Amino acid sequence: MDLTQLAWTGLAVFGALGLLAGVALALAAVRCRVEVNPKIEAVKHALMGANCGGCAYPGCEAYAEALVNDPAVPPDLCRPGGPEVALAVARITGKELGSAQPIMAVRRCVKDEGQVAAELAYSGIPTCLAASLAHGGPDACRYACIGLGDCVASCPFGAMHLEGGMVRIDPEACTGCGNCVRACPKAILELVPRAARVLTHCSSRDKGKEVTSVCQAGCIACGMCVKKCPANAISMEAGRIKIDHDACLAHGPACEEVCAESCPRSILRRTGQAAPPAKAPQPAAEAQQTQEA
Amino acid sequence: MSSTLRTFSLGGVHPPGRKAPAAGLAIEVLPAPAEYVVPLLQHCGAPAMPLVKKGEAVAEGQCIGAVEKGLGASVHSPCTGKVTGLTRTPNPFLGLVPAVAIEPDPEAAPFAPLPTDWEAMEACDILGRIKAAGVVGMGGAGFPTHIKLCPPPGLTVDTFIANGVECESYLAADHRLMLERTADVVQGVRILRKVLGVERALIGVEANKPDAIAALLAAVEAAGEGGRISVEPLAVKYPQGSEKQLISALTGRNVPAGGLPAHVGCVVQNVGTCVAVYEAVALGRPCYERVVTVAGAGVARPANLLCRVGTSVQNLVDHLGGVRDEAVKCVLGGPMMGLAVQNLDYRVTKATSGVLLLTADETETGGFGPCIRCGRCLDACPMGLEPRDISIYAERGRFADTARFGLWDCFECGSCAYVCPAKRPLVQFIRASKLRLRCRG
Repeated sequence: MDLTQLAWTGLAVFGALGLLAGVALALAAVRCRVEVNPKIEAVKHALMGANCGGCAYPGCEAYAEALVNDPAVPPDLCRPGGPEVALAVARITGKELGSAQPIMAVRRCVKDEGQVAAELAYSGIPTCLAASLAHGGPDACRYACIGLGDCVASCPFGAMHLEGGMVRIDPEACTGCGNCVRACPKAILELVPRAARVLTHCSSRDKGKEVTSVCQAGCIACGMCVKKCPANAISMEAGRIKIDHDACLAHGPACEEVCAESCPRSILRRTGQAAPPAKAPQPAAEAQQTQEA
Repeated sequence: MSSTLRTFSLGGVHPPGRKAPAAGLAIEVLPAPAEYVVPLLQHCGAPAMPLVKKGEAVAEGQCIGAVEKGLGASVHSPCTGKVTGLTRTPNPFLGLVPAVAIEPDPEAAPFAPLPTDWEAMEACDILGRIKAAGVVGMGGAGFPTHIKLCPPPGLTVDTFIANGVECESYLAADHRLMLERTADVVQGVRILRKVLGVERALIGVEANKPDAIAALLAAVEAAGEGGRISVEPLAVKYPQGSEKQLISALTGRNVPAGGLPAHVGCVVQNVGTCVAVYEAVALGRPCYERVVTVAGAGVARPANLLCRVGTSVQNLVDHLGGVRDEAVKCVLGGPMMGLAVQNLDYRVTKATSGVLLLTADETETGGFGPCIRCGRCLDACPMGLEPRDISIYAERGRFADTARFGLWDCFECGSCAYVCPAKRPLVQFIRASKLRLRCRG
């Protein structure tokens, strides 16, 4: 058998096999066809494809399926996509677009402004979760940002970084997916509407005296803002301030943010308002014992 | 150590005992401090509700906090004096807990015991006395004793075990109690046996306390209980003082995963608890006093101090001449399961077994490396779990996956972290995983 003949035989055999397999696959494609709603594909393409989980579904595909198959699933859950994606999804699925606004994560701690002292030298597993097991964290305030970056590691959009022992959030990059809120063991991150008029910057649930003994900036839970708010949008929930941003936005600017004006600690501020000028440093704080936990 | 002595079968480690010098020092009574701050949470469960107000006069042994329902125990005043306020005090595990501050009256007469013939009492009345006296597990866990003495319906208990193992290094409080209050320990065992309605009682003591074993044997004979209460020497191994391990060592029975000692017919109480039960039932004295071992190379003078709940740790240390300059770490409890604290502003509770002031030589700090898959933690784990896998998953943030390696069966004895050659904080990874899974549900 010469080489040419061998080549021709091979070509014929594999050509025939290929043809056979092709026919079998074509038949299988017809017989075993699975009906897929084309809307699912369309919705999937309209979503951002980041698989961040902010919608509480395991990835964009799962959310797309739920959107199309379940009429109760709202079209505006894609946090990174924002209103444009919500509109596109609502068009494809024919759903009502709710009034949900774009949201973002904010940090409710200003331990740097408050000059909160580190109370113990933590040298264990370098995560906030593990550090929170040792007396709630290394800082004198039990509600302070631990600053080991569990939230930074959880952010799929690179919107967070650590600086000066605290997390900083880039509001431009934040999509409001909420992964950081779930990662934070101290519950100091919160999702708020981007349009929020006022924000509070402290998470403490302690009484005023305990707060002032460890932090120069923290909320002393005096309740002034609760009393002053004409829209009843501010309440004290389990020892700390809760702002109902929907009620606040519905009331509108007529109150001229009287809550922020009346806050004796300037810890409840207009969104974007800078921190008050730092007070003179306190007389030499007593030497802290450094001990490992 | 004799190889014929019994111990638990699975895992375990041998940390250096470091029991001397505290083990050789007689119990010393701490002079009354200027102020007591009595935490209302000294036990497992919910904090007790305060029963006193600021300015109110209290008598020594008066109930100042009670738990209405659920898991908990009453709290009693350690002194006669005046309530100076309701405040909060730090707890090494739970942050700030409610507390009652009391200023003692130095002129007040000491507590007058009310001797009672407990042998004539019904078992349920004895149990009522134990509950009213607020007795909790004195070994360190602080589990309310009256709840432990009422096994869930359907379970039969045939053996009572008194835990005199004290397997944590440094600690000698139980050892001293067994030596100096031997008769009270035996009486406590007899009372608890009656409450449970069982014949068989065992006292487990590790063989590194031969004097305690001899004293207990003599006291059992003196009480006419030879043959019914047996004192069992055990081979030295950590964590033999854990209930499940002690039951395995003494009876060969294995408590099923997620089960109680009562599932294998046993109830275990620490010897310190036995003494507290004796005082509560036979003398009518509530539980507000305990022996605390203060040890470690960082304290000027080690000691076993008899102190009352609400005393500041600072008081204890000051009484012994203060903290030496070399001390770098303060631990409440034993070195394996205790927790480091950042200052001495903590209060003695019913469950405070020790205060350790450790120097750099006695502690291990610094970083940790990757797991080298040597499997030593698997050999050391007394529960047969897989700490190495839990740590690897937890390190990558995959907490949900840690459950299948036995996360919830871990009682955090720390043997895994103790043996790890890469110095991985294995038990801390486990604790972090538990915290995350509990918070996320």
